[in-house]
Amino acid sequence: MSDDLNVPKALSGTGSWLDDRFHGARGLRVFMRKVFPDHWSFMLGEIALWSFVILLLTGTFLAFFFVPSSAPVVYHGSYVKLDGISMSQAYASTLNISFEVRAGLLMRQIHHWAADLFMAALTIHMLRVFFTGAYRKPREVNWLIGIALFSLGLIEGLFGYSLPDDQLSGAGLRIFEGVLQGIPIVGTYLAFFLFGGTFPGGSIIPRMYIIHVLLIPGLLLALITAHLFIMVHQKHTQMPGLGRTEKNVVGQPFFPYFMAKGGAWFFFIFAALALVATFAQINPIWLYGPYTPVAISSASQPDFYMGILEGSLRMMPAWEWSFLGHTISFSVLIPFIVPLTVVLGGAALWPFFERWATGDKSYHNVNDRPRNAPIRTATGMAAVTFYGVLWAEGANDVIADKLQIPLYTVTWIARVLIFVGPAIAFYVTRRTCIGLQRKDKELLEHGLETGIIRQLPNGEFIEVHRPLTEEERAPLEAKKVPALMPGPGSEDENGVPAPQAHGALGLPRAIANRAFAETVVIETNGHGNGHGNGDGPADEHAAVGAGHAEFPGGDGGSGDGPGGESGDPD
Amino acid sequence: MSDMEEAEGPQGPVPPHRVIGTPPPTPRLLGSGAGDGGTSDGHGAEVEQAEEKLPDVSDFPSHANNAEKIVAFCFLLAFIAGCGFIAAYIGLEVGSVDSVFRSNLALGLSLSVALLGLGFGAIIWVRQLMPDVEITEERHEMRSSDADRAAFGEYFAEGTGASQFVKRPIVRRTLMLATLPLAAIPIVVLRDLGPQPGTSLRHTVWSPGRRLLVYGTNQPITPAEFSAPGGMITIVPEGYTDDLDALAKAAVILIKFRPGELNIPTRTDGNTLIGTMNWTVDNIVAYSKICTHVGCPVALYEQTTHHILCPCHQSTFEATTGATVIFGPAPRPLPQLPLTVDAQGYLVARSDFTQPVGPSFWERG
Repeated sequence: MSDDLNVPKALSGTGSWLDDRFHGARGLRVFMRKVFPDHWSFMLGEIALWSFVILLLTGTFLAFFFVPSSAPVVYHGSYVKLDGISMSQAYASTLNISFEVRAGLLMRQIHHWAADLFMAALTIHMLRVFFTGAYRKPREVNWLIGIALFSLGLIEGLFGYSLPDDQLSGAGLRIFEGVLQGIPIVGTYLAFFLFGGTFPGGSIIPRMYIIHVLLIPGLLLALITAHLFIMVHQKHTQMPGLGRTEKNVVGQPFFPYFMAKGGAWFFFIFAALALVATFAQINPIWLYGPYTPVAISSASQPDFYMGILEGSLRMMPAWEWSFLGHTISFSVLIPFIVPLTVVLGGAALWPFFERWATGDKSYHNVNDRPRNAPIRTATGMAAVTFYGVLWAEGANDVIADKLQIPLYTVTWIARVLIFVGPAIAFYVTRRTCIGLQRKDKELLEHGLETGIIRQLPNGEFIEVHRPLTEEERAPLEAKKVPALMPGPGSEDENGVPAPQAHGALGLPRAIANRAFAETVVIETNGHGNGHGNGDGPADEHAAVGAGHAEFPGGDGGSGDGPGGESGDPD
Repeated sequence: MSDMEEAEGPQGPVPPHRVIGTPPPTPRLLGSGAGDGGTSDGHGAEVEQAEEKLPDVSDFPSHANNAEKIVAFCFLLAFIAGCGFIAAYIGLEVGSVDSVFRSNLALGLSLSVALLGLGFGAIIWVRQLMPDVEITEERHEMRSSDADRAAFGEYFAEGTGASQFVKRPIVRRTLMLATLPLAAIPIVVLRDLGPQPGTSLRHTVWSPGRRLLVYGTNQPITPAEFSAPGGMITIVPEGYTDDLDALAKAAVILIKFRPGELNIPTRTDGNTLIGTMNWTVDNIVAYSKICTHVGCPVALYEQTTHHILCPCHQSTFEATTGATVIFGPAPRPLPQLPLTVDAQGYLVARSDFTQPVGPSFWERG
């Protein structure tokens, strides 16, 4: 096909020169044909990646002009409203970037928007990975790296928007210091060491600066590199579909397809950021004025990714213990520790919990459709609700103002919702997943409604159903259900207790296992999937039984697609 | 989570039913035939992927010729917009709010168009010019073979044996001992990042006789000048009006009440008096402006209800009864600054605050 294509001498010559020295042809040849599965949700992580690249580019530009110093100067720049005002050099140089450096304002705004996009994309990417079960073996480490990236991103963002030393970010920094100070035993020391004494001091700006431009970006870069290398090494997961198995990966090759698509995606993201930076003002620090601990503007709000912490601070009742000459302020400590521990700690532990509960030690390269893992999906939605309530409470004053609800009522609603909301979300999601599984079952067993009504000779009306094609069946049949473990106390035929039932955790594990193994069993005539339904306790819905596939279940109860056998239900 | 596209054509051929969350059927599925060439170097043939030739003609050649022109137009547009950016950079001055916004608009717009041109050009190129292919790559198992694992274990054991690490515990232990202080050094050397807290969180710069200056004008104030009931003003200590470190603890709010409204019960913390009517002058009371929650300035005051509100987390304090907490996360009332007047009749502090201002901390007690 491409025999007629002559590689130019300049390229082949350079290639030979390099390969003589680095032996690159072999590896790169394989890489050029590396398969990238095509699915929109796989672009979410790329948004975060490209945002990070844009952050590095614009951040470097900003660093050429920013002066990380709290030393006071009297401003005489082109923003006349602040003329003659005493301010820190950090604030003055940010004004300078905005008003005297050409393209400075654009760079600042792209940088700030890119940071928000980075965190947003990271969040949604993590949700995608969670809901499709893409974190499962062998990808647990990459999942943990992702959580580390998210946590570092939070600090990076906080320090970044605090650098200009304006009134708004200064208030945020004050809150950060107040929270640090509230940590038992070491809190005051931490705060004094970080700030070089009492708040605000003269040290925090240069210290945040070096952390923001060197330490954390370095860590982020290293972790992102590791994340990508691991991904390439382990290969992508893929969504279920015809011809997609645990042992292959189907998609388009890196060169030229993904290279061009990824490049286009970079340009689109950069363009989107440039557009919002052009038309949507962000962080107009000149309107806030230089920081003073004496004043504050009302309706102060941090960037969105800090909203969960802000909301939990606002939601918390005033709890404080004083004993033996010491004070523990739970109204600071709980909001600081609990929400992030629940969300990020929970996310970090989840793969291991799921593995423990399902007893599933097999590799997973084909993703789950969220409905097929009701407990996981429901837990994820509960976490999203938990996060969402805290996040919304972070803007309780704005909500109260816009909806004309008393402020304290908003807070009380949030205090109740933080407990009730996740529970409702869990229940509703789980039932929805089961319902959607039933829908799949119906499609597989009875085919698709064609909308054609036919009258039979005896006068009866029926709707004509059309059997699904093989391509349509494949994703529906890719469902895998964790195997049922023997419960506590159960023994095999020789009277040996089941190994899973040992120990104090035997019962909770059995309960968790039964929850995970709940599924809608699909009765296809001899089709590869879902054999047996013997050990499930008879449910009120006969179809909702637990599990099939013998334990230990390896690949669960899946036949990896219909293979050659395409049983026609009719 | 809706998932099924209800493909309900009333008559005729039913459109393909596709499950959201799965890729569309691809027109060309290249078989994963065995390697048909290209196995140039002999070694490692076992990881050779199936060699599938990528086609080099577009799926719809006539269509592609149009697409080619559109792609070229996009790239051309990107070129022009890119030049426009440089022109705007050179041509548009900055230095005032209006000119900066003008420059931002021109630069941002030209940059966006340039990037969009590249993006659209590239994506149309991929989707319309490049033939649509789908290839299948086999995964190799992550787990190493048992033989490799065993060999690794052997090598490790051999190496450990050769190193004598196990046989000579004295070497092992002294090595570990040697690393301990070195591991601690990165933490130890951080000691000089800041002073120890000491008692600095317990004191502010307020001292007996220090005048209250109005924030903004930095003028002292007499009770008679602050006569309008319901007002709240911010106060800074004389001599520290520009000292942010001092102000972060010493900022004060001053509130004037009508006679009879103010009713601060005498409160003590241990033996320390922390709130009393005696510290007010002429129905004027001074509270710390630093919220006892996490230190935001409590800047909002509602005259009709006498509520002081922190805008950060909405801790609400009742001003008439000694700034006691009535809602929100703040655990304690705002500390009251003892007031009196000096010989010239100006409001001055009677003493420092009698309790630490601002957020709680472990040593606070």
